[in-house]
Amino acid sequence: MSSHSMKKYKIGGLAPLILVLSGLCLVPFFLRAYLVEVAMMYFIYIILAQSYRLIVTVHDWQLYHIVLYGVGAYTSGMLAKNLGVPVFVAIPLGGAMAGLVGMAITLPLLRTKGWGFYIATYGLAELIRLTWLKFRNPFGGSTGIIDIPWPPVIAGIDFSDRIPYYFFSLGVMLLVMLMLYRIEKSRIGDSFKAISMDPELAASTGINIPRHRLMACSIGGFFAGVAGGLLVHRLGAVDPKLFNITTTLYLLIWVVVGGTNTFWGPIIGVSVMHTLFELSRPLIEIRPMFFGLSMVLVLIFLPGGLEGLISKAITRLQKRDRVAPVET
Amino acid sequence: MPILEVEGLSKYFGGLAALNDVNLSIQEGEIRGIIGPNGAGKTTLFNVISGVYRPSSGQIRYQGKTRIDGLSSSRIAGMGVVRTFQRTALYHHFSVLKNVIVARHLHAKENIFRVISGLAKKTEEKNTEKALEIVEFMGLGHLKEELAENLPHGHQRALGVAIAIACEPKVLLLDEPLTGMTPTEKDRMIDLIRKVHQQGITILMVEHDMRSVMELCGYISVLDFGMLLVEGPPAEIQNNEMVINAYLGTEDILSASTSA
Ligand SMILES: Nc1ncnc2c1ncn2[C@@H]1O[C@H](COP(=O)(O)OP(=O)(O)O)[C@@H](O)[C@H]1O
Ligand SMILES: [Mg+2]
Repeated sequence: MSSHSMKKYKIGGLAPLILVLSGLCLVPFFLRAYLVEVAMMYFIYIILAQSYRLIVTVHDWQLYHIVLYGVGAYTSGMLAKNLGVPVFVAIPLGGAMAGLVGMAITLPLLRTKGWGFYIATYGLAELIRLTWLKFRNPFGGSTGIIDIPWPPVIAGIDFSDRIPYYFFSLGVMLLVMLMLYRIEKSRIGDSFKAISMDPELAASTGINIPRHRLMACSIGGFFAGVAGGLLVHRLGAVDPKLFNITTTLYLLIWVVVGGTNTFWGPIIGVSVMHTLFELSRPLIEIRPMFFGLSMVLVLIFLPGGLEGLISKAITRLQKRDRVAPVET
Repeated sequence: MPILEVEGLSKYFGGLAALNDVNLSIQEGEIRGIIGPNGAGKTTLFNVISGVYRPSSGQIRYQGKTRIDGLSSSRIAGMGVVRTFQRTALYHHFSVLKNVIVARHLHAKENIFRVISGLAKKTEEKNTEKALEIVEFMGLGHLKEELAENLPHGHQRALGVAIAIACEPKVLLLDEPLTGMTPTEKDRMIDLIRKVHQQGITILMVEHDMRSVMELCGYISVLDFGMLLVEGPPAEIQNNEMVINAYLGTEDILSASTSA
């Protein structure tokens, strides 16, 4: 009986997904140009937040994720501009570089724990960002790099146009979501969570914790780098300001407000908080205060994030449903 | 041939010798009891053998020549020496089945790239099947979907053993498996330990419940103040003057066991 009701909810879960996807496919044809650009940023931010959550499941709230996003952007942009690498090849290469850098940063920090780890990750990330800032050659210093190549025309579709690039970034986002969802549902994904729940127990069952931490941060880093590539070939330019501590704070806000317990948390977090961000453009002066406050309020009153609130509501509904047929 | 040999093993915490020159030789296929008053160093012995702590000095040899002292916990588990915890160590927010699935790490063959590309389904299914087998073997089949944190204490302890069994150990270290159990739960756990032993697994068991230790173990080693006090078959240990003295003024375990 319980398997019956489970099945029903699985189908119930698929229907809204199809609805959202069809909506996403139609939306660019009806939105103003500016809003299509904004929509692409949602995709990029969802990739960022979701890949960060993978790392958070191992309990490594590192503070270099946004800089890896930058590593992806710089690498992909420079490969395309300086070496003529095709854009669609440069983007995954930027991801690979970000994954490697993530691993290189984490490796020496594996012995540090808690606050030491967080602060050290921030320090190393700043070091990378300052390198971009200080070295005009090859990184362009504070003004960054401009004239980064646009994506090419493939099969008659010009991917430097807004709508084709919208679908390209939508496709990349969905692909990344699919891969991360597979990890989430796999035994390896559970091993990550096991490590954060009880590292001593996990190690006693043969789980190599340093290896898993490196795995999570390099996979997460890879996807952050891919997000950076998506960004840079839409902007046509890159500079260090894009990857400063403010962006890191926004990432933390998305993830904390959305919640990290389930896969859907970061998606909810980006959807809600970035919408508020866009709506509050007229209040730009006080916006950072508002966002900081929202994170603090969620931490205090909604430790599970918005996602926790929603899943509580769903559980309540399911309970009501499950009880009903028994009584009749 | 001994499967596990401990030689001159010491472990200091600051000035305190939690283990002091301990020698043990565990034969393949035996159930060895490790007893001693609280603070005697029993858990520390398990922690050192299982790689949680590095020994201050001494050697631990496994299957003849292989030195395992100083290796990491995960390496040692990978070689077949697996321990349970005195505390109730579980993944509280996982279901019973998932607790065991995760513990199949060493024997589940999928890797991250196969997972990402969706090719790991078959191996994962196989792994889940095997985990299910273990869950049923441990008498937890009817609770497989229950969250670990919602189980009664006795079943939580059984799940702790199931997690260790899932690693397919050759040597299993049980740290107070009967702690806090009702008499019925104890009887069930004793049966389970017997069943596990019948699978050919060598067992080292720390336990305060003397009746059960006497019943299960063929040979008993007694620790006191980090030192090996005496060893022998249960009947000898029960009446040993030194053992009785060691327990004197701490707990009245030996007499409690005869009345129980
Ligand atoms: N991590 C540690 N740090 C300091 N002292 C410890 C630590 N672990 C155990 N001890 C000490 O070592 C002694 C033996 O402890 P333990 O092995 O837990 O005893 P038992 O399991 O026999 O009750 C105790 O005095 C305990 O306080
Ligand atoms: Mg103990």
